[in-house]
Amino acid sequence: MTAAVVTSPKPTTTGVAPSAGARSRRIVSMVLPPVIFGVVVVALWELWVVAADVQPYVIPKPSKIWSALVNDFSLVRAASMVTAGNAFVGLVLGAILGFLIAVATNRFKIVDEVVNPLAVTVAAIPAVVVVGVLNNMYALDSQIPRRIMVTIAVFFVVFVQVAKGLRQNDATQMELMRSYAASPRQVLLKVRLPNTLPFFFTGVRTAAPLALIIALVSEYFGGTQDGLGSKITSALNGSNKALGFAYVVGGAVAGLVLFVGAGILEYVCVPWRRRRESK
Amino acid sequence: MTDQHSPTDHRGEFSPAPAVEVTAVSKVFNVGKTDRVDALVDVDLIVKPGEFVSLIGPSGCGKSTLLRLIADLLQPTQGLIRVNGKIAKEARIDQDYGMAFQQSGLFEWRTVSRNIELPLELKCWDKAKRRQRSAEMLDLVKLSDFAEHMPWQLSGGMQQRVAIARALAAHPKLLLMDEPFGALDEMTREHMQAELLRICEETGTTVIFVTHSIPEAVYLADRVVVMSPRPGRITKIVDVALGDHRDDATRLGTSFFDSVREVREALRQIEAAALDEQYGVSDAPAASAPRGIEDR
Repeated sequence: MTAAVVTSPKPTTTGVAPSAGARSRRIVSMVLPPVIFGVVVVALWELWVVAADVQPYVIPKPSKIWSALVNDFSLVRAASMVTAGNAFVGLVLGAILGFLIAVATNRFKIVDEVVNPLAVTVAAIPAVVVVGVLNNMYALDSQIPRRIMVTIAVFFVVFVQVAKGLRQNDATQMELMRSYAASPRQVLLKVRLPNTLPFFFTGVRTAAPLALIIALVSEYFGGTQDGLGSKITSALNGSNKALGFAYVVGGAVAGLVLFVGAGILEYVCVPWRRRRESK
Repeated sequence: MTDQHSPTDHRGEFSPAPAVEVTAVSKVFNVGKTDRVDALVDVDLIVKPGEFVSLIGPSGCGKSTLLRLIADLLQPTQGLIRVNGKIAKEARIDQDYGMAFQQSGLFEWRTVSRNIELPLELKCWDKAKRRQRSAEMLDLVKLSDFAEHMPWQLSGGMQQRVAIARALAAHPKLLLMDEPFGALDEMTREHMQAELLRICEETGTTVIFVTHSIPEAVYLADRVVVMSPRPGRITKIVDVALGDHRDDATRLGTSFFDSVREVREALRQIEAAALDEQYGVSDAPAASAPRGIEDR
């Protein structure tokens, strides 16, 4: 046989950037279906409200929500920034904590038995109780209780994912590292951590929308009334349903931004997974 | 068992330290439990520097276990293993051997070049020296154009060549291989066998090679060690007289077929004995090779 058969690389387009035309076509085929779906859903909603003569205090028309959003954009933006800010701070802190504690649990076997039940217990405490207690500990206008609440929720999701990633190691890679007489620290840094990064980012992406929900719900239990949670409640309780839904749209956008941000960070930090997932 | 060593011993080429010296080694898994397994019983083996030895046998014969004992990835229950005259553990710590498995075990977040550098990195070599060595190794396995590629961009055969380059990066005198070509297609496999022989010739590396393919074992090795299961032991050592230079023509020669036949017969005796034990029948189905052995 000729050597060329083996030495020639697989015919692959993945190593080379696809042509500009192919790339934009791919983006269009990715973006178009959800956009069409969204437009159809909104149109049906509008039609249904008009045709069935649904009263605005039950559910407003999308066009009404849109005009409320445009008219009171600065209100919606301000409230969204407060809640999204809390979600963001909690997401970052929770992710860092979850990662570090999972690594420590894996590295020191003793910690494992203490931390695992503790993590589950912490995650199982109802938010009402925690926020209630924290609200009494901090000043009335403090955002800290909400951020701590988000941190706890995010911590658990990331911790579970990273702990799972650290346990899943390729047998061949582990035998190789042992054959090199690598120290436990070297194995952690050179093999376990890189292997764990995709799991970490799965955790962060899962936790991103959760962070926003927790930040929003935390506002129901007292404290300052400047976030989405408080604004949605008061707008929906009042007569301004359209504005209430405009705040909901703000929350959805904020959650989406956090989720996409986590995805972009993953794309940057785990380049070796790009091809596999786009396949 | 001692008389099986005599052909090599009688050559009178006693070097001061054998590359590998396995003395009265036994390995028992799950000692003291109901699922106790005698993986290896009383195994002796001496491998001379520069020699190529294939280990072959049905699944469960302990050939991979023996390789892992030599690599100090497992510890023997009884007996002594020396590598380059050192206790196996010392040899591992000094990176006296390189290892390659059926899975290439390449780190997907590292470029080809940085994969080859990994064992050197763990030994705290400085970056310039590492770069230079990995370039040398890529040259050896003829993959210089792929230094900055990621592992997934390479074919299976190329990945296996990177794994071999990595195993040899620290210039170990000994290469331990556990069915490294087992996942490759037949054409690639034959090409890789030829490449491996060329690399060993250029570097003078001693190789212990676990395989379940009879032609592969014979084509590569100076000696083929035939092992039997339950309990794992060496039943025969076949000397392969194919000389130092082997190419595609070697695979068609009579002495190649003679050695293949000799190994096959040794393996059939194992199968016959196993059937005898199981069913009390002494007539083994002579037409088939033992389970887990490729008869191609």
